[in-house]
Amino acid sequence: MSASPRKTDIGPPHYEQFLPPIIKKNYGKWLYHENPRPGVLVHVAESGDKLYSVRAGTPRILNVKTIRLFADLADKYCGGHLRFTSRNNVEFLLTDESKIDALIEELHDLGFPVGGTGNAISAIVHTQGWVHCHSAATDASGVVKSLMDELYPHFVNMDLPAKLRIAFACCLNMCGAVHCSDIAILGVHTRVPEIDHANLPKMCELPTLIASCPTGAIRPATVDGQQSIHIEEHLCMYCGNCFTVCPAVKINNAKTDGLSIWVGGKVSNARTEPKFSKLVIPFLPNNPPRWPETVEAVKHLVEVYAANARKYERMSEWVERIGWPRFFKLTGLPFTKYHIDDFTHAGETYKRSAQLKH
Amino acid sequence: MSEKKRETPLLDELEKGPWPSFVRELKKSADTPVIQDLLGQLERSYEEHLGHWKHGGIVGVMGYGGGVIGRYSDLPEEFPHIAHFHTMRVNQPAGWFYTSDALRKICDIWEAHGSGITNMHGSTGDIILLGTTTDQLEPVFSKLTEIGFDLGGSGSDMRTPSACCGPARCEWACYDTLAAVYDFTQSYQDELHRPAFPYKYKLKFAGCPNDCVASVARADMSFIGTWKDDIQMDAEQVRQYAASGTVDIQKDVCERCPTRCMSWDGTNLTIDNSECVKCMHCINVMPKALRPGKERGCTVLIGAKAPIVGGALLSSVFVPFIEMEPPYSDLKELLEAIWDLWSEHGKNRERVGEFIQRVGLGNFLEQIGLEPVPEMIAHPRTNPYIFFGEELHEKQA
Repeated sequence: MSASPRKTDIGPPHYEQFLPPIIKKNYGKWLYHENPRPGVLVHVAESGDKLYSVRAGTPRILNVKTIRLFADLADKYCGGHLRFTSRNNVEFLLTDESKIDALIEELHDLGFPVGGTGNAISAIVHTQGWVHCHSAATDASGVVKSLMDELYPHFVNMDLPAKLRIAFACCLNMCGAVHCSDIAILGVHTRVPEIDHANLPKMCELPTLIASCPTGAIRPATVDGQQSIHIEEHLCMYCGNCFTVCPAVKINNAKTDGLSIWVGGKVSNARTEPKFSKLVIPFLPNNPPRWPETVEAVKHLVEVYAANARKYERMSEWVERIGWPRFFKLTGLPFTKYHIDDFTHAGETYKRSAQLKH
Repeated sequence: MSEKKRETPLLDELEKGPWPSFVRELKKSADTPVIQDLLGQLERSYEEHLGHWKHGGIVGVMGYGGGVIGRYSDLPEEFPHIAHFHTMRVNQPAGWFYTSDALRKICDIWEAHGSGITNMHGSTGDIILLGTTTDQLEPVFSKLTEIGFDLGGSGSDMRTPSACCGPARCEWACYDTLAAVYDFTQSYQDELHRPAFPYKYKLKFAGCPNDCVASVARADMSFIGTWKDDIQMDAEQVRQYAASGTVDIQKDVCERCPTRCMSWDGTNLTIDNSECVKCMHCINVMPKALRPGKERGCTVLIGAKAPIVGGALLSSVFVPFIEMEPPYSDLKELLEAIWDLWSEHGKNRERVGEFIQRVGLGNFLEQIGLEPVPEMIAHPRTNPYIFFGEELHEKQA
């Protein structure tokens, strides 16, 4: 058999070939949609056609055997058409309303819950963690699994004041929109990296390494007659950027790596402008396999938010209404010096008025 | 060859509970030595609280510099089957729509040449094929291209652009996000596959200001759909929402409007559209009654990024409104001008948002050839340390 010529730069396949007939027919002509029950959306077209989307949560790490199960379900219920969402959910696209219950039951039996629409917690966007990443301060999939086991009722129901978006990143590289989430969990390193002076000159380019530091903490130095570096400890804030460019500067630390929690970010423009999440818990211990301290803290934040926010208030809008002092009082979280920014433009985060609630 | 199954008591804990378990996903292939070693190393990370992956070396497919992330175990003697465990990023179809047939073909390739483990999808949007050896990269690539798929981006290149489901399944899409993401991806295959920039450059296409692809937080260039004219209203449907009791129009709609541009007298909803900032709230609450206007396009924002290196940024307004019609010539001209300037003057690993902060947005606009407009700023400068140029007096003279 002769090999076909090597193809390159063909780009992704054209999306049109994957669209179900009802979408091709009504492309750009949708009139409105409704969310009749958790995990089910119905989109109604100008033509009167109705498209039902059934959304199920996945663990993001998917075995090809599971993807084949999804493919079989798509064949059985929706002419072979399905899609994934930006939050790692799978969506089945049906035209026959009467098949929805049977599909949901099969998904449930396979262990994939249907939900994540409307005023709910959708699947947690997350990173690779110890399954695949070199700079992870903690695992990602394990923490997310532990969290979602506890937050599960909020995935399969729509009982929150507004939608609640949670994201997880295992280090400050943040391969995910962690910094703009209602609740963000972020793996943190808390100690200066250990330098492998013997291997550093072989493994790393010194100018790149020195330039990688956002605070200029890395200085050239001669160690045991070899060219290496010295880190000004008081300038290091453990971002790990040096480790990314130089494996000999070891940032991972089994004893001192941990997790932090941030709240009140959003990306949507609805009502209020997009904004960053803010630090509320600077450090929690790395405690596999279930990370009970982190799970408890997030569950508590969700409960306090759900009990106090008004209808349509996202986490950030609730906190802005009540103010940060009351947020710390209501949640019982200690406020410390670590909550106060001390990087570039830190002063913009200081309260510069006497407008306070007493 | 029979290998002793590794005990994984800590990971086994994560098979319990109602949420789908990634451990169960891995164990579906527990009969393969690769997954045995992966589970073994992961269990060890759980015991030690420490990851065991090394940095990527330079691995890839012939002629490409991106799309493959090299990954090696730092315990290769103990876990030889994952000594090499590289990731391949496969450019997803726009909007993440698939047929069962296409998915099965990808699964077959990945089962034959890799670990059989995927992410659907990675944070940037690609199909992530997790774990294979260097010698399998070229066969996977060749089979992927045979079925019409190609690799995505990695490193200092244009990263795989992504888009929301757009007009395929959303009445709020103010432009065709799928057509746009496909066009831009195909136009810049070289920039996607051959890293030549100071750092990564992400493009994200969101059909409306709800921004379901988080473009404002994550894209160096965010294309957020919007409109210029009046919100389309079906007054009868507004009354039906009110009558149904599901929506308190005064409280839930008018009082939640950021510019208070709506009023409700119990029968009629009035909108002062000149004050509307297109936030989407009222439309989100009453999708049967309200829709975006008819004069549609997008707002282009620039410069979002996560913290590394110089701190996190949201993207900021660059073009307040532009129609999104193929072949998108004006936007491509702008994009290429940005890439030229940034490639020439950006520092290594400096994202375009950081570059703009360093040189100043005013100077950046001047170099790109774009006029400054007040939509670009939250407010004018408050500090009087102004770098006046010679042209100030030349103009007056």
